[in-house]
Amino acid sequence: MADTAATGDERVKEIPAWRRALIRPELGGICGAVLVFAFFLLTAFDSGMFAPQGIMNWTIVSAQFMIIAVGACLLMIAGEFDLSVGSMIGFAGMMIAVFGVVLGWPMWMAILITFALCLAIGAINGFIVIKTGLPSFIVTLAFLFILRGFTIYIPQTIESKTIIGGIRDAAEGDWLAPIFGGKIGQGLFQWMGDVGMIETFTRGNRAGQPVIDGLPMLVVWAIILIVFGHVLLTRTRFGNWIFASGGDAEAARNSGVPVNKVKVLMFMFTAFCATVFALCQVMEFGSAGADRGLLKEFEAIIAVVIGGALLTGGYGSVIGAALGALIFGVVQQGLFFAGVESSLFRVFLGVILLGAVVLNTYIRRMITGER
Amino acid sequence: MNSRTEHAPIIRMKNIEKHFGSVIALAGVSVDVYPGECHCLLGDNGAGKSTFIKTMSGVHQPTKGEIIFEGAPMHFDDPRDAIAAGIATVHQHLAMIPLMSVSRNFFMGNEPTKKRFGIPFFDHEYADRVTMEEMRKMGINLRGPDQAVGTLSGGERQTVAISRAVHFGAKVLILDEPTSALGVRQTSNVLATIDRVRKQDIAVVFITHNVRHAMAVGDRFTVLNRGQTLGTAQRGQITPDELQDMMAGGQELATLEGSLGGTV
Ligand SMILES: Nc1ncnc2c1ncn2[C@@H]1O[C@H](COP(=O)(O)OP(=O)(O)OP(=O)(O)O)[C@@H](O)[C@H]1O
Ligand SMILES: [Mg+2]
Repeated sequence: MADTAATGDERVKEIPAWRRALIRPELGGICGAVLVFAFFLLTAFDSGMFAPQGIMNWTIVSAQFMIIAVGACLLMIAGEFDLSVGSMIGFAGMMIAVFGVVLGWPMWMAILITFALCLAIGAINGFIVIKTGLPSFIVTLAFLFILRGFTIYIPQTIESKTIIGGIRDAAEGDWLAPIFGGKIGQGLFQWMGDVGMIETFTRGNRAGQPVIDGLPMLVVWAIILIVFGHVLLTRTRFGNWIFASGGDAEAARNSGVPVNKVKVLMFMFTAFCATVFALCQVMEFGSAGADRGLLKEFEAIIAVVIGGALLTGGYGSVIGAALGALIFGVVQQGLFFAGVESSLFRVFLGVILLGAVVLNTYIRRMITGER
Repeated sequence: MNSRTEHAPIIRMKNIEKHFGSVIALAGVSVDVYPGECHCLLGDNGAGKSTFIKTMSGVHQPTKGEIIFEGAPMHFDDPRDAIAAGIATVHQHLAMIPLMSVSRNFFMGNEPTKKRFGIPFFDHEYADRVTMEEMRKMGINLRGPDQAVGTLSGGERQTVAISRAVHFGAKVLILDEPTSALGVRQTSNVLATIDRVRKQDIAVVFITHNVRHAMAVGDRFTVLNRGQTLGTAQRGQITPDELQDMMAGGQELATLEGSLGGTV
């Protein structure tokens, strides 16, 4: 009783290692990813899902989810939601088409202006939320409709159609566009093809070329954003501010955390991620469509929740969100490879979302010792 | 003990008024705080003590009145300004985030950084070490610096908040009922800490409902009642009983005291 130092030591042993591991936010994501891979390795191994092209297929789909999940993750940890992500994707793509194709501006200029525009809209979202104190859910729901409306209205008024093509031609030779639409590592993949690590085309005008000719920039962006988001969140003072702002804005403010600044910047970061997504997409498709990005905001939020973040803010992990996105991508494409009716994907989504939320609530009780 | 009169006050609150809509929480309160003194702020529930110190720490902006900090008029837009000026506060409702670790909470808003590749990273190692040291000084043994604040007891949380404020309160330390949830040993630790801090020429503003705690460390006592000051008394000029009566809003506690056998 009197020896306090000993009490301290005794207490260290009260939390067993497994429990410590369990309160890591990534745990759900790690288990989910292992399960999902195990499942498809057993059921769909010879469907081509784990051949180079198959891997590239679900990697790209997962990377798409990852890009928007990183933004949604940091924003959710900062205590806010952005439901306008999907509309922002459609809007950003359409703006590229309007500036770069309809108005004929150089592609780099179209890209930079689109970024500026989307970041400004993200900032407006944030300002409205912090100034009015309204839930971000409702503010960004408004922007979901506003942006989607403009995305349909603008091309219809100026071109009388809802899809604008010709982006790939307009981007030809541009210095900035390949950062979103290009590929890297062609040499490496050619070498892998030459030594027989991956298959090469045997016929046609691409004979001798590997079946995968490079790593799409989309995947590179996903990796960059994940690393950036993870380091920012866990290794910088700004990361501490993100946790604090979402954990308890009032307490954070009283301790000198610039909560408003943090929240506005996170709205802008989410808009940035949505714009990156949109740019990679239009560069790949060569066109912008008014219906692009539909439901993406929910998919991003689900990936983040699967990754262990709390809907109430203040807790979560970028790595977890990335794993959530990976689960998403693997299951969506895996069901396709396994020949399962794709509507079952939604059933899966609903089930896994529910499971993740229940698990997260349990974990939160454990951390906070909620009584 | 009269050394403080040789100093200029570090912070002068002049005729501070604070209105919340139609509620007048403060109706012109003036208090000077000197370096090296422990200024006790006393008064009934709802007297306006917390509101008053919140204007001092930048949480509220006064509706009327002036704050003179180190001889110059000062306007704190938010708590960050006050903290930067060297004013640290332990709020009655603690500014702690349950989901975050003790060390992340301890340095919240004041994160130590270490440059690597020119980028300032959060120095977790330093933060963990200092947190453990400071908590040990206050008589609390943490399981670890990464323990979530949510798992701490109320008193342990209060101790984290106090040691954090002591660590960062370079010039003024404001404690709003810091001992309300503390055990005997932790309370005497806090009172000893107030005494130690005061000797380093830091000004302490100490809110309490406990006359014995106030008398133990206070140099001057200001009693608030319904948003106004009932006056400031020097140590030695007032007896604990007089103080107690003033705290109750000037009403006689004698009758109540009698019926409770003098235990109040
Ligand atoms: N944000 C606010 N909005 C409206 N009224 C407020 C607000 N903050 C305080 N008040 C009112 O101001 C008055 C003073 O409150 P305050 O918290 O300063 O009292 P206190 O002296 O700290 O009391 P206690 O001893 O119970 O902590 C109360 O009547 C309270 O209702
Ligand atoms: Mg109070």
